[in-house]
Amino acid sequence: MTPKFLSDAPWRLWAAQIPAILRIELKKTLLKKRNIWIYILALAPAVVIGLHGLIDTVESGSMVEDTNVLAGIFQFLYLRALIFFGCMILFTWLYRGEIVEKSLHYYFLTPLRREVLIVGKFLSGVITTSFIFGLSVLLSFALTYARFGKAGSAFVFAGPGLGHLAAYLGVTALACLGYGSVFLAFSLMIKNPIIPGAAVLIWETFHPVLPSFLQRFSVMFYLKQLCPVSVPPDTLALFTVIAEPVAPWVAVLGLLCLCAGILVFACFRIRRAEISYLAD
Amino acid sequence: MSTASNQIVFENVSKFYGDVLGVNRVNLSLPPGVTSLIGPNGSGKTTLMNLMTGLVRPTQGRVSVLGLTPDQPEEFFRHVGYCAQFDSFPKGVTGYEFVCSLLRLRGLPAKEADRLTWEAIERVGMTEPAKRRVAGYSKGMRQRIRLAQSLAHHPTVLVLDEPLNGLDPMARAESIALFEALGRQGMHVIVSSHVLHEVDKISDQVVLMSYGYVVAEGEIHGVRGEVKEHPMQILVRCSQPSLLASRLFSQDHVVEAKLNADGAGLLVRTRDADSFYVLLNQIVVEGALTLDAVAPADDDVNSLYQYLIGTGGGTV
Repeated sequence: MTPKFLSDAPWRLWAAQIPAILRIELKKTLLKKRNIWIYILALAPAVVIGLHGLIDTVESGSMVEDTNVLAGIFQFLYLRALIFFGCMILFTWLYRGEIVEKSLHYYFLTPLRREVLIVGKFLSGVITTSFIFGLSVLLSFALTYARFGKAGSAFVFAGPGLGHLAAYLGVTALACLGYGSVFLAFSLMIKNPIIPGAAVLIWETFHPVLPSFLQRFSVMFYLKQLCPVSVPPDTLALFTVIAEPVAPWVAVLGLLCLCAGILVFACFRIRRAEISYLAD
Repeated sequence: MSTASNQIVFENVSKFYGDVLGVNRVNLSLPPGVTSLIGPNGSGKTTLMNLMTGLVRPTQGRVSVLGLTPDQPEEFFRHVGYCAQFDSFPKGVTGYEFVCSLLRLRGLPAKEADRLTWEAIERVGMTEPAKRRVAGYSKGMRQRIRLAQSLAHHPTVLVLDEPLNGLDPMARAESIALFEALGRQGMHVIVSSHVLHEVDKISDQVVLMSYGYVVAEGEIHGVRGEVKEHPMQILVRCSQPSLLASRLFSQDHVVEAKLNADGAGLLVRTRDADSFYVLLNQIVVEGALTLDAVAPADDDVNSLYQYLIGTGGGTV
């Protein structure tokens, strides 16, 4: 039997309100000049890979080597730097930007549950970052294998290539979900995202040296296990605590639970929020 | 509809911003009609409006609007519209987009939102510039488009924080006429303003505020009658003002009777207006003078403001 608070909830209204929020927010996140940095960040690896393809000849490198290089770029550049900072810029601004521009009260004065607003804003951020970074990953992947001609094409379409691509895109979307929820929640608590951002960066970078239980509270813990190609251990390897690996479905579910937990916290925060632009 | 579900009710409401007092121990019941919140800057008018609409929460006490609280936003904001004092907009929007996108947030289909948007825009006289970006609007235009947004969904409670600011005289007159019409339709229209003589004309009730406290509230004439330490001023235009003055001086309640420079009138200051009117009737019935006009000279918001707030004020 469905609990009363769920059956009484105005689901149809919420279902109509989420697209309305997305229409407003996507215009801001996808088309705003301020977010040009995210596009530049996202395009950087694709440009480097493209240049590498132009300079290096096919003979000077092997496809296996480039597959490993792409895996390294994805884990160390995309996940730990670009998507991380991209999400920091975009998701903290989703809420904090409304306060800076003194426009949050318009949302608060409509028949819109604040929790629905958080979900709508979060979804708009996920769609935007997944689109931008997904496009960049797709471009990097295409440029990596395009220079190998027929062999590259065979790897992608007749070999494991498409599986790798799907995994990379999936991990990109999950990274946006995970980091997005963290930074959205931070923006509801702290004015300046730089300090908490640095703390999260340290946590995410050094999570392998933490006890295995604590590693489960890291976004990277789950993402690494979903990457299609493992990369050689980095400089922290000596201090690493090897956590028990988890099955892909557990990794996805774990990440979604982490993300949901953070969003629930954000919903509690926004319920008590007051409009006091001067104080902010 | 019960009384509580037809009124805006503050029950022992206090709001503190840290150590700073917003409002303190406010008890109010506002019936439908036009209510003016009056007081100097920092007296707590905006805090009261923000409490009413849930933008801030009371530190103590309870606020309900038509029996609803902002914790039920789906129901509450179907009835409430608030034109806040913030002169800010989402970036890059046109006037039309601003009103329409916020209507869509109410779950309205595109066609219905479009119809209501144009209706509200026409109501505030912004049809021509509606498709232009708000960033290019004058202050008065921005004020009007915010007004359109706050009333586009046909609220029954309209809260307006300094709605006449920045408006030219024509737009001011139109807005006042609009508020008056909405009040007559049975809506709650809560207006804060510094332009006292203008809200005076349209207010059914006034709430006078000072330093976070409600100094006086109620229907203007009733409030004025309660201010005992300032005698009422009544202007009388008649044929024999000196005769009237001589009769008035024998009364204890008459403090002053001053002849007009034109010799055709008298300004009377009395502590008991009712007794004065009885006496005046007697004199007229006796046929001693011909009466042209009688009107209270300080029975308005401006005088109340001066008596209760402007001069340090007494309490009612």
